[in-house]
Amino acid sequence: MLKLENVSFTVDVDGSDLGIIDNITLEIPDNAFTVITGPNGGGKSTLARLIMGIEKPTSGKIYYNDIDITDMSVTERAKLGIGYAFQQPPRFKGLTVRRLLSLAAGSELPVDECCGYLTSVGLCSKDYLNREMDNSLSGGEAKRIEIATLMARKLGVAIFDEPEAGIDLWSFSMLVESFKAMSSGSHNSVIVISHQERIMQLADVMIVIADGKIRSIGSKDEIFPQLMGEFNENCGFRGKEGK
Amino acid sequence: MDKIDSGLLESVADLHEIPAGAYNIRKNGEGFSRRSTANIEIVAKTDKPGIDIIVAPGTKNESVHIPVIITESGIDDLVYNDFYIGDDADVLIVAGCGIHNSGDEKSQHDGIHSFHIGKNARIKYVEKHYGEGDGKGERILNPVTVVEQDENSVCEMEMVQIKGVDSTVRDTKAHLAAGAKLIVTERLLTHGKQYARSDMDVYLDGEDASAQIISRSVAKDNSKQIFHPNAIGNARCRAHVQCDSIIMDDATVSSIPAITANSADAQIVHEAAIGRINNDQLIKLMTFGMNEEEAEEVIISGFLK
Repeated sequence: MLKLENVSFTVDVDGSDLGIIDNITLEIPDNAFTVITGPNGGGKSTLARLIMGIEKPTSGKIYYNDIDITDMSVTERAKLGIGYAFQQPPRFKGLTVRRLLSLAAGSELPVDECCGYLTSVGLCSKDYLNREMDNSLSGGEAKRIEIATLMARKLGVAIFDEPEAGIDLWSFSMLVESFKAMSSGSHNSVIVISHQERIMQLADVMIVIADGKIRSIGSKDEIFPQLMGEFNENCGFRGKEGK
Repeated sequence: MDKIDSGLLESVADLHEIPAGAYNIRKNGEGFSRRSTANIEIVAKTDKPGIDIIVAPGTKNESVHIPVIITESGIDDLVYNDFYIGDDADVLIVAGCGIHNSGDEKSQHDGIHSFHIGKNARIKYVEKHYGEGDGKGERILNPVTVVEQDENSVCEMEMVQIKGVDSTVRDTKAHLAAGAKLIVTERLLTHGKQYARSDMDVYLDGEDASAQIISRSVAKDNSKQIFHPNAIGNARCRAHVQCDSIIMDDATVSSIPAITANSADAQIVHEAAIGRINNDQLIKLMTFGMNEEEAEEVIISGFLK
């Protein structure tokens, strides 16, 4: 169980504090597929980075399985079983995809296991195993390999930051299937930041974050209709539908 | 051969025992042991220190190992090695120099290598430099490499210096005839107060000659590196020069790639980049449970692989 208690995060902009996360208290249950959504710039990625330890909260506490991890480093949190797939994965000159997956898994992975992970993100493994994770990969390819690095680990909490970004339509269906399998499989708890309806459809818990606050939280059946209604109200054209 | 000897041989030539095929091992400025084969003849020079390595035309899938080891302090070794590669041959040449200096005097090895590569011949040349020993004496290596490539020959050179050499000035020159192809990969890591300089002039003299020069380096601590590769196109040809460096701590790296075209049909490109390890790269590896030092190590070893 992941627990955030009164977590705030501010950054210094030209000498004055800009609030990114504003006093969030939240419990993310085990054995659940949690989808975080909300408008751009609302604080979703920052929340994920606070959980991974890449950013430290300005105030508040973060607990994982009742351990206070607020002051723990990224490395320590990783060892406890927290993982994070970057929205924009970094590139590494000279590091092959196979080596990266092995580093993620913590031991040299056999070829067939690597192939399995790559296939589940829609990449033909024989073309990619010995490719370098450098700038020769397209954004979508790098993104899928990034997702595969989390599949290669057994995690307590796996966080994916907009996994659908840059992924083509053909691979997207494959990805949805993989997330579906993940929700009942290898990781204890999966958190996905997403704007995609098909990913939201997999959610056990949905959280809407806007302006650094939780706007709403609940089951997919509770939250999803609200979101759809909101879009209708905000959109002049849709609002006139049926007239 | 004692333990230090075999340790050095393993570091510079991946040798665990006496190699199969032709070899020449030089130790502390003198020939130590040597073997020629039916197709590869190794002869000592009579006018100056060094050897001639003569590969018969058409020799295929054979190798030559010519490692140099220095285990005494105060050695100043200058050696001339000339390679004559017959037409259509295809061989692997493993050179390299390991210095174990536990004394206070400097130990130096300057290897002057010249290659005459025949028509349609192909060589792969691997050279590793390595230094160790706890003495105050400096370990210095100044290699000079001259390559003459005849028509349609292929020369692939891999030069590696990862550890323990205090000062290196490398000078490489190559001339390529029509259809010849040269691929040079340089990998370098300097630390402490080490100094490394590499000057390289590649002349593409014949039609359709091509060259690829890749240098990857990591400079740590207070070390200093200078790269100056120059590709000169004298005919219709293609060349690509790439210098890529990671800089850390208080190191200095200077990359000066140059390209010269003396023919309107020469296509020559250079790229150079110097930068520190990106923070996101470190964080990504830390999310796998590595600490910062381990992450740095993985990034550097991948970069230099």
